[in-house]
Amino acid sequence: MNWVNAIVQGVLVGGLYALFAAGLSLVFGVMRLVNLAHGDFAILAAYLAVLLADHGGLSPWLSILLVVPTMALVGFVLQVLVLNYTLDSALAPLLATFGLAIIIQNALLESFSANLQGLDAGSIETESIQVTTDVAVGWFPLLTLIAAVGVLAVLQLVISRTALGRALRATSDDGRAAQLVGIDNRRLYGIAMAISLATAAIAGIFLGIRTTFDPSAGPVRLIFAFEAVIIGGLGSLWGTLVGGIVLGVAQAIGAEINPGWGILAGHLVFLAVLIVRPTGLLGKTAPA
Amino acid sequence: MLLELEGVDAFYGDFQALFDVSVSVGEGETVAIIGANGAGKSTLLATGAGLLQPRSGEVRFDGEPLRRIAAHRRVRLGISLVPEGRRIFPSLTVEENLRVGGRVRRAGPWTLSRVYELFPLLEPLAGRWGGALSGGEQQALAIGRALMSNPRLVLLDELSLGLAPVVIDALYEVIGEIAAEGTTVVLVEQDTSRALAVADRAYCLLEGRVSLHGSTSELTRERIVEAYFGGTGKRRT
Repeated sequence: MNWVNAIVQGVLVGGLYALFAAGLSLVFGVMRLVNLAHGDFAILAAYLAVLLADHGGLSPWLSILLVVPTMALVGFVLQVLVLNYTLDSALAPLLATFGLAIIIQNALLESFSANLQGLDAGSIETESIQVTTDVAVGWFPLLTLIAAVGVLAVLQLVISRTALGRALRATSDDGRAAQLVGIDNRRLYGIAMAISLATAAIAGIFLGIRTTFDPSAGPVRLIFAFEAVIIGGLGSLWGTLVGGIVLGVAQAIGAEINPGWGILAGHLVFLAVLIVRPTGLLGKTAPA
Repeated sequence: MLLELEGVDAFYGDFQALFDVSVSVGEGETVAIIGANGAGKSTLLATGAGLLQPRSGEVRFDGEPLRRIAAHRRVRLGISLVPEGRRIFPSLTVEENLRVGGRVRRAGPWTLSRVYELFPLLEPLAGRWGGALSGGEQQALAIGRALMSNPRLVLLDELSLGLAPVVIDALYEVIGEIAAEGTTVVLVEQDTSRALAVADRAYCLLEGRVSLHGSTSELTRERIVEAYFGGTGKRRT
């Protein structure tokens, strides 16, 4: 019965992976920019929450209300002042965001030291619902999954139903034609990056409550987010959720077989999807 | 004059596409730009729409210089380009394509229902993806999308390219209706006779230079042939 428990836990952690992946996927979809600093921005958000807890006594839940808009603003400014100028070449955005990743990691190391940090959300972190004798669902992992589904649902709604969403899809289809209907691409890219880092901030704070982190915790989050996006299929938000869950379950099952094989199992499933179905599980069959 | 190009030199990198081109279009006029492949017709429209900045010369809209005004801001001023190849947004539905065209909320006669009236074929396709349309449907949608911003000036690039004659006839009828609303139309065409039939005036481009211009009633076939192919008598396709 431990297998059932492993799968349940895998599904729950998959929500967190999807939360990390959603913003990465959005920005790639709209402006073909791969943000290599995405994981580091999430960790930066978690550190901001630590700061608010240490100096303002804010619980992580309250700090979300401050950190998310802050990170959205950071995203907008970063895009408009820096990243927009890199978009004409394929390599420049990679170099720029890779540089940003290093800057963030070192700035965090300078400011907070390499000590492990955590966010304390109180008793909810350890409480759980006993489903059967072998299967327990933690309240916090469940809440994480619910939050992930909620964030993805809101994003999906914005993209499919609003004028902003239409503009984002139009720009993703054909940036030059989008200008011809009056869309200011550069401002729109700023908004996309703002949304992306806002979701990364939510992901970072949930991660900080779930586990401890240090300044170098970002890159591994980025890799899991990449894997979730690719497994689920580029351009599909619900695919990203499926990708996150598949990755989470693969890691949980791997860890159940051998405690050291969890992350390896995730990578193997990722590679298998790339070989068998390169467009991802829910991705479009042909690249648009 | 609604649109004026004065002594415009335009380049793609080191390649000069327009040489000292001067074109003026009055409010309410329909003007045809004709010329062979590569004569600079599309470049001229791109310069007007702001997709390309001239290296020298002046582009004015309603008397105001357009220098350094980006393409997306020119839409707000009332300039709308229907690009070559339609450039429909494939992952937006027909109706979404029109709505995104109307996101610049300029006042004017064109609304979603007026565009459906103009192109009755589009209404039953409202929920269809833009990528799933035929060439003629795409061209109708591209014109409708441009009209949704209620432009004062519509720039139409290679309207008839790749379309069946019967579809082209229908589209040209529509251009007459658009012009009848008082909208100024600049039309780039390789199909010279169709363009001249609908236009008040025409400019002929030859290798990036204006080789002939005048009102369509005054232009004789001989002069157009000479201006189109150049005076040396060599024929190009």
